[in-house]
Amino acid sequence: MKLVFEKSIAGRRAVRIDSSDVPSKISFKRELLRDKPAPLPELSELDVVRHFTALSRMNFGVDTNFYPLGSCTMKYNPKVCERIASYPGFAHLHPLLPQLRMGGMLTQGALQILYESDLLLREITGMAGFTMQPMAGAHGELTGIMIMAAYHRDKGNKKTTVLVPDSAHGTNPASAAIAGYKVLAVPSNDKGVMDVDALKSMLNDEVAGLMLTCPNTLGLFNPHIKEICDLVHSVDGLAYYDGANLNAIVGKARPGDFGFDIVHLNLHKTFATPHGGGGPGAGPVGVTERLIDYLPVSIVVKRNDGTFALEYDRPKSIGYIAPFYGNFAVVLRAYVYILMLGKQGLARVAENAVLNANYIRKKLKDYYKSAADGVCKHECVFSPTKEMLEKSVHAIDIAKALIDRGFHPPTVYFPTIVKEAMMIEPTETESKETLDEFLEAMIEIAKLAKTRPEVLKQAPVTTPVSRPDETAAAKNLDIAYLEE
Amino acid sequence: MPFISNTPAQQKQMLAEIGLSMEDLFADIPRELLTGDFNLPDQMTEQKVREHLAALAGKNHIDLTLFLGGGFYDHFIPAAIYSVISRGEFYTAYTPYQPELSQGTLQAVYEYQSAICRLTDMEAANASLYDGGTAMYEAMMMALRITGRNKIIIDDSVNPIYRVMIHSYTRNLSIELDETHCIDGHANREQILKALDEKSAAVILQNPNFFGCIDDFSDIAEAAHKNGALLIVSCYPISLGILKTPGAMDADIVTGEGQSLGMPMSFGGPYLGFMSSRMKYVRKMPGRIVGRTKDRDGKRAFVLTLQAREQHIRRDKATSNICSNEALCALTALVYLLLMGKEGLVETAQLCAGKANYAYERLTAIPGVRPHFKTKWFFNEFVLDLPCEAADVVARLIEKGYAAGFPLNRYYEGMENSLLVCVTEKRTKQQIGMFAEALESAL
Repeated sequence: MKLVFEKSIAGRRAVRIDSSDVPSKISFKRELLRDKPAPLPELSELDVVRHFTALSRMNFGVDTNFYPLGSCTMKYNPKVCERIASYPGFAHLHPLLPQLRMGGMLTQGALQILYESDLLLREITGMAGFTMQPMAGAHGELTGIMIMAAYHRDKGNKKTTVLVPDSAHGTNPASAAIAGYKVLAVPSNDKGVMDVDALKSMLNDEVAGLMLTCPNTLGLFNPHIKEICDLVHSVDGLAYYDGANLNAIVGKARPGDFGFDIVHLNLHKTFATPHGGGGPGAGPVGVTERLIDYLPVSIVVKRNDGTFALEYDRPKSIGYIAPFYGNFAVVLRAYVYILMLGKQGLARVAENAVLNANYIRKKLKDYYKSAADGVCKHECVFSPTKEMLEKSVHAIDIAKALIDRGFHPPTVYFPTIVKEAMMIEPTETESKETLDEFLEAMIEIAKLAKTRPEVLKQAPVTTPVSRPDETAAAKNLDIAYLEE
Repeated sequence: MPFISNTPAQQKQMLAEIGLSMEDLFADIPRELLTGDFNLPDQMTEQKVREHLAALAGKNHIDLTLFLGGGFYDHFIPAAIYSVISRGEFYTAYTPYQPELSQGTLQAVYEYQSAICRLTDMEAANASLYDGGTAMYEAMMMALRITGRNKIIIDDSVNPIYRVMIHSYTRNLSIELDETHCIDGHANREQILKALDEKSAAVILQNPNFFGCIDDFSDIAEAAHKNGALLIVSCYPISLGILKTPGAMDADIVTGEGQSLGMPMSFGGPYLGFMSSRMKYVRKMPGRIVGRTKDRDGKRAFVLTLQAREQHIRRDKATSNICSNEALCALTALVYLLLMGKEGLVETAQLCAGKANYAYERLTAIPGVRPHFKTKWFFNEFVLDLPCEAADVVARLIEKGYAAGFPLNRYYEGMENSLLVCVTEKRTKQQIGMFAEALESAL
């Protein structure tokens, strides 16, 4: 398909701009102005709408296809949340209003939503207080590690190192490193969970904390979780819970009860806000009582008269990590989702997410190599069998063959501790019928891998493009179309 | 159950087929760690939840006439934007890791990168960062990596909201932050030139700056480059309809807040951090980048590229920890720029500047109200000195239905009486006139 820049016709317009109703004319000095208008294309509104409608048809989304992308929790995004986020009372609210004198009273509805979201997330996670400001999961991680650093600085601790299991998402080590810490990887044991003995041997006075995803990226819950948190505390380290996989235990168990000190949540995973092709997300961070003073400014408080206000006077706070109160419209969607699930619905989320994952695990284990034995949580990890690999059928080929059968592939080649990993996360919103169709496709592919492996190497054949040359993309870098 | 497809009968059937009970599925969690009962409200139906949220939305006052900006603006948003971005194929998709089924997102990101480069006059752009403030922080980190130095010079005419964020982020790092103090609304050349030394990684400036004043940083770029340092410019994208581009000033990295490109204010987010740079620095850039390539049949195709910079490959050696970005907001900005087109963006920028200039003339004609700076070069915001405390006046005007502006004492010492006033293309001559009358009577 043509680039939108290639569709430009000189003189064509979409939006007509009001003519000026004021007499004054501006005349800036020449050196303050650009030489010529920004070379944007000239299109009609229909050109634009049709261009993007055509592009959208080249995409898979949760609305169009089963999307079992492991660790991404691609559950259904309720439409009512979109509707509510567009209410003018939310969409047209200027973020600086509550910072004006008398301005807090102008935004009571929004402040109440932030305040109540905090209370709801406290109850769901067992933490003592949240900040809604982090704008994505990784941003939450960085915020959490900054809180960790502030705690140690305050206590006069000299800490240099953050521990991260080798199965962790890449954001964990990256977040700890950009916050100024050295990162050490804790190995997994033969069962696929973090090795407690290895952790013991790595713990010392330099350890600021441990970042842990639980269940981990193999979908396994570490039964020694409480002991692990206790061990970290024994060197005055802090235990950080990466909530990327909270969908496995939400409504069942709470990281605060396991002994974690800091938690981040991905509202765009567990709490059903849309991924938007990569974002926006939201990564609220919750902490225990002893860390509350370090949360970023501002926080929303409820005053004695029942009104809500922003509190800025927090001398121990790590400061400002976002311009305002986070991705408010994302928090709002999650708030609506939680209210709609309520007490009754929340408990069913993890149950059905885990049931769906185990249904897939059991039904596929005779066809693919399972990365772990026994019950999994919200996701399961497989690899191609030895026989498939001998016929040079790799995870990537299975993934691409799934596309031709109308399914978004699982996460492939992650976690890196499993060779040729295929990480499948069905989520609770998918039905048995959909899972059965997916299983049928997976089993058909497994059989094809033995009989006609060459067919799989050609996949996908039903998509607008076949496998792109990624090496060439990086070598002959073309990342912007600048011809006029 | 809301949003759970399987009926209880199906759940039972599935459990039977796999030979497990619901308890078995959670047997790996130690019993004492299972929470019995959550203290949460009862579930709400869609009808109830909409009533509840409509009531909460009603408690937010959006009927004020806004002369409040501060980097976050009330601009006109064409209806077609929402139609495009609310297509489920865009907004319910994940990061485009599988290129064959994500060509829509990937081509749109490539086009967005192209549009940002065209707007800022640069050669490379990423797929988005969280907001203008984190984009500035990321640009700073990028400059540290490029130069291998550790000192940053930042003028206090840069948005103070971003400066306090940078202070938070650098607290555990060995970075020397040197803050210069602007003179008559412009970046302080004398202090910046003095501060530039062999340790300096970058100078961070903003155009138009927080006070709305317009500058040309070409001289600072030259001085920075002579010292082996970079120039980072944060800019307001609408203003680039008419103003000199950071590229033309010879900036090295450009960032900014993209909210004004079609995103509602939404009480602070989601917004859009954009970033562009010279091509030679692209390998040090944070965030996703989409590149053009060919598929097996030689057909044009798009993929995520230079992924070796990123956290999922490089882990603790990555250029940034960013994973989720603001992709849908980037799409919004792209669609906005296309609907505006070459002429529309110019006209919008001219309208903003023209109306602001008119408001400036009306408001400074009020007895006792004076411009804070001598310069007349401002885009769509300007600073007024009132005869009394600005915060008081703002409070009085709220009662009359105006968000009169941002009192600067919050971030600037000695500016108790100074008010930052913003005018976008949405304000009418009549509104400006009525506002002038209201301000006069509130003094």
